Amino acid sequence: MSKPVKSISAPIRLDYTYAAGEATTRFLRGVAQKKLIGQRCPITGKVYVPSAGASPTHGVPTTEPVEVSDKGTITTFCIVRIPAENLSVQPPFVAASVLLDGADIAMFHVVSDCPVEEVRMGMRVQAVWVPDEEIGPTLKSIKYFKPIDEPDADFDSYKEHL
Amino acid sequence: MSTGARGGEIFAAPYVVEHTFRRSLGPVMSRFLTGLRDRRIEGIRTRDGRVMVPPKEYDPETSEALDEFVEVGQSGVVTTWSWVSSPKQKHPLGRPFAWALIQLDGADTAMLHAVDAGEESKMRTGMRVRVRWRDETVGEILDISCFEPEGEK
Repeated sequence: MSKPVKSISAPIRLDYTYAAGEATTRFLRGVAQKKLIGQRCPITGKVYVPSAGASPTHGVPTTEPVEVSDKGTITTFCIVRIPAENLSVQPPFVAASVLLDGADIAMFHVVSDCPVEEVRMGMRVQAVWVPDEEIGPTLKSIKYFKPIDEPDADFDSYKEHL
Repeated sequence: MSTGARGGEIFAAPYVVEHTFRRSLGPVMSRFLTGLRDRRIEGIRTRDGRVMVPPKEYDPETSEALDEFVEVGQSGVVTTWSWVSSPKQKHPLGRPFAWALIQLDGADTAMLHAVDAGEESKMRTGMRVRVRWRDETVGEILDISCFEPEGEK
């Protein structure tokens, strides 16, 4: 007789249709034109990218669109060394919070084009877009962020955005 | 896509959440599923002499560890059931079937499995069913493809 059965495959799979809603749809339409468009809270003046359509602190609708830069500052990051299925990049890679210039909230993306050991808080980066013919209304239109030749941002300039 | 409150199409996209878990079985489920692979159904005897199928590691009354395995029959009685007229993708059968609790001959508890009865009018509590084994058994619960009414072939 062959060996005893010690384990079973027990996958979990949930098939959703994700509806982006008006705010995210608007953001993604901008991405398809290589624009990163957020919205300003009418009370605090803070700019959220992507915007959820309402101010997270005051609950009021955010109506004023604000285009922000595709350059920004790494506020926090982690080095991912564990492979997982469905990742578009191979480990080790850096997952970072990037505070885009003009935005008041960081967005999460991948940093590449440099050794992972060189990534640091305050590092200046810029989006690397996929070729124009592949640009679409998806965050995959940004391949990753790469370091740019600018001095590191002063900690005080982003300490409120960690 | 759908239309938003201010006009314009709202984006929608497939979003799949998937975890490819593998689960270790422990000694009792290991023995049970190894049995299924070898086309044998084993339960476990509790301290008061009843036979639980599927087996459990601990006595439900006394919490003592159990280890006396008992082979039971490959036919049994439907104790309750529910008809599934529109099977879903993950269901064991691609045609209408019944989920049923089946008390195998020699067992004192019932196990949940599918009964391939063809149509709901063929189902009744108390009916006799027997195992239909999968062609190739590997050591999982679906080594039993389903149960089928006895007397059919």
